[in-house]
Amino acid sequence: MTANLLTLIIFVPLVGALAVALFADERTVWPAAFIFSLLPLALSIYLLVAFNPHDNGYQFVERRPWIADFGVSYHVGVDGISLFLVPLAALLVSLTLLYASGGDIDRRPREFCFFVLMLETGLLGVLLAVDLFLFYVFWELTLIPIYFIIGIWGSQRRVYAAFKFILYTMLGSLLMLVALIYLVLHARGYLGAATFDLTDLYRVPLSHAQARWLFAALALGFAVKVPVWPLHSWLPDAYSEAPTAGSMLLGGAMFQMGVYGFLRFAIPLFPEVAREAAPLFMALGVVGIIYGALLALAQSDLKRLVAYASVSHVGFVVLGVFALDRFSVEGAVYQLITHGLSTTALFMAIGMIYLRRRTRAIGELGGLWRPAPMLGAILMVAMLSAVGLPGLDGFVGEFLVLLGAYFASWQAAALAVSGLILGVLYMLWAYERVMFGPLAKSADRGIADLAPREVAVIFPLIALMFFLGLYPRPLLRRIEPSVVAFLARAQAAPAPALSFDRAKPQEFAGLRVVP
Amino acid sequence: MVNGVVVEFPALKLMLLLPALGVVFNLFLGRRAGRAIVNVVSVAAVVGAFLLALWALGELLALPAGSALKATLWSWIYVGPLQIDLGLRFDALAAVMTLVVSGVGSIIHLYSCGYMGEDPDYARFFAYMNLFTLSMLVLVLGNNLLFMFIGWEGVGLCSYLLIAFWYDNAQFAYNGRKAFVVNRIGDAGFLLGIFALAAAFASRGLWTLDFAAMREHISLVSSAVATMAGLLFFLGATGKSAQIPLYVWLPDAMVGPTPVSALIHAATMVTAGVYMVARLGFLYQLTPATMEVVAAVGAITAFFAATVALAQSDIKRVLAYSTISQIGYMFLGAGAGAFGAAIFHIVTHAFFKALLFLGAGSVMHALGGEQDMSRMGGLRRKLPVTHATMLVATLAITAVPGFSGFFSKDEILEAAYVSGHYWLWGLGVITAGLTGLYMFRLFFLTFYGRSRVEAARLPRLHESPAVMTIPLVILALLSLGGGWIGLPAGMLWGDRIGEFLRPVVGQVKSVPGLEALALSAVASAAALSGLVLAFVFYVAAPGLPERAAAWSGALYRALREKYYVDELYDFLVTRPLFFLSDVAFDRVIDSYAIEGLVDGAAAAARGGAAAIRRVETGNVQHYALTYLCGALAVLAYCLYYSMRHG
Repeated sequence: MTANLLTLIIFVPLVGALAVALFADERTVWPAAFIFSLLPLALSIYLLVAFNPHDNGYQFVERRPWIADFGVSYHVGVDGISLFLVPLAALLVSLTLLYASGGDIDRRPREFCFFVLMLETGLLGVLLAVDLFLFYVFWELTLIPIYFIIGIWGSQRRVYAAFKFILYTMLGSLLMLVALIYLVLHARGYLGAATFDLTDLYRVPLSHAQARWLFAALALGFAVKVPVWPLHSWLPDAYSEAPTAGSMLLGGAMFQMGVYGFLRFAIPLFPEVAREAAPLFMALGVVGIIYGALLALAQSDLKRLVAYASVSHVGFVVLGVFALDRFSVEGAVYQLITHGLSTTALFMAIGMIYLRRRTRAIGELGGLWRPAPMLGAILMVAMLSAVGLPGLDGFVGEFLVLLGAYFASWQAAALAVSGLILGVLYMLWAYERVMFGPLAKSADRGIADLAPREVAVIFPLIALMFFLGLYPRPLLRRIEPSVVAFLARAQAAPAPALSFDRAKPQEFAGLRVVP
Repeated sequence: MVNGVVVEFPALKLMLLLPALGVVFNLFLGRRAGRAIVNVVSVAAVVGAFLLALWALGELLALPAGSALKATLWSWIYVGPLQIDLGLRFDALAAVMTLVVSGVGSIIHLYSCGYMGEDPDYARFFAYMNLFTLSMLVLVLGNNLLFMFIGWEGVGLCSYLLIAFWYDNAQFAYNGRKAFVVNRIGDAGFLLGIFALAAAFASRGLWTLDFAAMREHISLVSSAVATMAGLLFFLGATGKSAQIPLYVWLPDAMVGPTPVSALIHAATMVTAGVYMVARLGFLYQLTPATMEVVAAVGAITAFFAATVALAQSDIKRVLAYSTISQIGYMFLGAGAGAFGAAIFHIVTHAFFKALLFLGAGSVMHALGGEQDMSRMGGLRRKLPVTHATMLVATLAITAVPGFSGFFSKDEILEAAYVSGHYWLWGLGVITAGLTGLYMFRLFFLTFYGRSRVEAARLPRLHESPAVMTIPLVILALLSLGGGWIGLPAGMLWGDRIGEFLRPVVGQVKSVPGLEALALSAVASAAALSGLVLAFVFYVAAPGLPERAAAWSGALYRALREKYYVDELYDFLVTRPLFFLSDVAFDRVIDSYAIEGLVDGAAAAARGGAAAIRRVETGNVQHYALTYLCGALAVLAYCLYYSMRHG
């Protein structure tokens, strides 16, 4: 079973997507899709159990030649950095499907399930690919479904949001592709054969100028996806125009892709340049934290508020990654998990409010605790998790990120801490206006509290928030060896400088025509 | 302190488990179980913790001085060399605090059964109260800074939830959030303090946040780092313990149910900052400059809050400012190096201030929720128990010799004097006089003079039920006799609590008996003159206050309006922040600069946009095909390139 475990995890959803699209009818589509989404979840939980926590390399590796002429191989593996993101993605997809079937997605369920399962394959592939070409294919594979999910099931400005989203990410991924191809061609000159394999590419020496351009191209692609300030402007539109299920996937399971790209590719491939760029990215992270928080404070729509809160929170992650410190990187990886949980829970709770009141405008809501105390309680826990209350999951990552950032630059940490204060301010202010005070309308008295299905959907998230906040050790223990390996790579001395003639400037010129 | 031993004592875990179970029960089963069972479970959880604390105290006393009991829940954050456990440590300092928290907590929980007797949301109330007890126990029992921080923020959360307990009222909800946000400012300082301290130790190869380990190796920390960390922690303390400049949330916190004001906003949570400074005494002793700041902020806050208390007419607001003022005394003591005296004042203050609040609650209960003293008066016959117990508490806070507050306040003032803080000592003495004045003003306005109670409320005027008056009597006995655990050295059995705490918090210089007696006499004279002045103003010549107010004009208005500090903060902090957020960012930068960039790019690709708009018919297959073609074309093109140049 373990021989093909990762392949199974990646492709079972795709099989499910096709099966649902071809065979299911309106009645069976939801259960069928949900069951298909449970399979990779079960497999990835098995992965957690079978993972060897002492090994810092890739495990469950599968490696076969694929397009041998171009050096493309089917090479997948999992390490401590990706280990927990896999079950998280699988869990969030299952919960999304369960949630969406409860009235959030009211038309074209078959297409919706098809896209969600296809997206899951893309997501899991991105996390597990060790071959750059394979990574790129999966990366692109995630764009298509989410584009349609926003564009078809979104709210009024969905087409604008979807288009903006695709414009941004395509621009990013094209840059990425150019950089990848250049790197591979360059590597062939050095290694004698083309390869897209990450572990081989680590060994390729680059001139400083080459490394800088390549890092810039990859970093830009990933930075758009994270998003790093000031490339975030697609995010509020995409998050808020998407249907709740789409927001949950975007905010919970897809935001990791960009950060993961930095951790897996951009920094390890070009460590020297990454170290040079680290102060810049730390600064951008801090700006993002404060900027996102201030904008969240100004929002009058709940989803946009959570969207800007995400901008603020990924600022912490960026800060943590680029502080290049053991604590901060481990904290950042941890935050990839916890931020996914809290954002998903927040969007879910907002969706539940929307289903009852048909509005997300904070000003039109009020006093909802009275009729719906359970809804109020879960929204409270989700918000507290997001603002990093100690004892809940968000704090662990935030603490580690800030501690590591403090070692790298105490000024950065001191500024970033202001995000914690503002976080409480915008979250609880919104909470107060929605849940407390008198009822906005007398008809709200009849609003129903959570239905059993809704409890079932959100309970796993709440339980995980407490568990990950109070007992993070099993996770940290498994993440740590890979973070240490990552840092060893990131702190590596520059590769031996290339003689000028091997730089092959004509290739570079040739590739410049690519848009 | 060298001879102390550390002994494993697993029952400490049970002390946390009981209130935790209370929370879970009340939250999930409380509504179904009904009021009686909720009352029993909630009170039992806290009383159980108190009994466990007594047991632990017995064990601790059997060990040599300077010993501690410990237990570990489980390992928490382990990264590389830094290993943080959820560990508990029950030493003398933790013992005193635990007994106060669970003991006074038990009494207040019992009182709440009566006070909240008609509130339909009793299950939620007791869930929060148990959660608070749990958090507070974590705060005082945590053996490292980060575990303590769970409790530190946890009590802030409970404070928020309980201030906003009657959430239908938008103002109450606002006040709750204000408390949480202001506390978070202090918490940010606390967190940065942790980083500074951790980094300082780490740079010398020691990775720890454990109090005992830090204390042992404090010599590794330079005094510059100690100053910075000390100030950052103290910022945290000013938030939690409502000192200048972060005190503004506490008076507004009085909108919560009165037992909450007694437990959280008087007896326990707001003294957490003092506890933290005492706990980190080994750090503060390295940095005399920070100690000066602590002492000065304490003394100035004590004086400042006492003046405001003079002119408030809301009974709970007076008590809130008196709490701020009394905590100021505690910081004065801590800053003068007398951590033991500060902790002693926490204990006596917990007794008499809890009693004052519960007494005020009893008055409000009788008057249908009335808090304005201008509509009280002459209540002593109708509320005999409340009147008698309140008298004891008022004498105690005024520090009349023999009452509990006298002994602890005396120790603090003596320490301030001995350590050479003559100005701050003077301020403390003046504040003692003001305390007598504003507290007896409250007492006389409530219980003496002619009745100003609204006629409609008169027939229903009644003494509270036994479940409320028994706690009052217990607390009155403690307020009366509680100070005798800390007599001046050499008198009868001496300073028992001081000796008990000494191995943890250290010792201060004392002065010869005669000089000490003179210092006490001065402070007591000030306090008694305040009392007498209050009697003249509010009993003997009731017309006088109005004339005095008119005569002092602007000064009186400034006091009544709390020096306009809320308005000042609004102008200096709140408005600029929202302006920045709203105008500068939402309408200018994000909408024009950043959006503009994108929309410009989008406009350049208008052809594409138009095409999208045209095919936006909802035809999924159409979309998919178009998109896939495009993506594949790009891929193909790139591959083609790689082949040609490969």
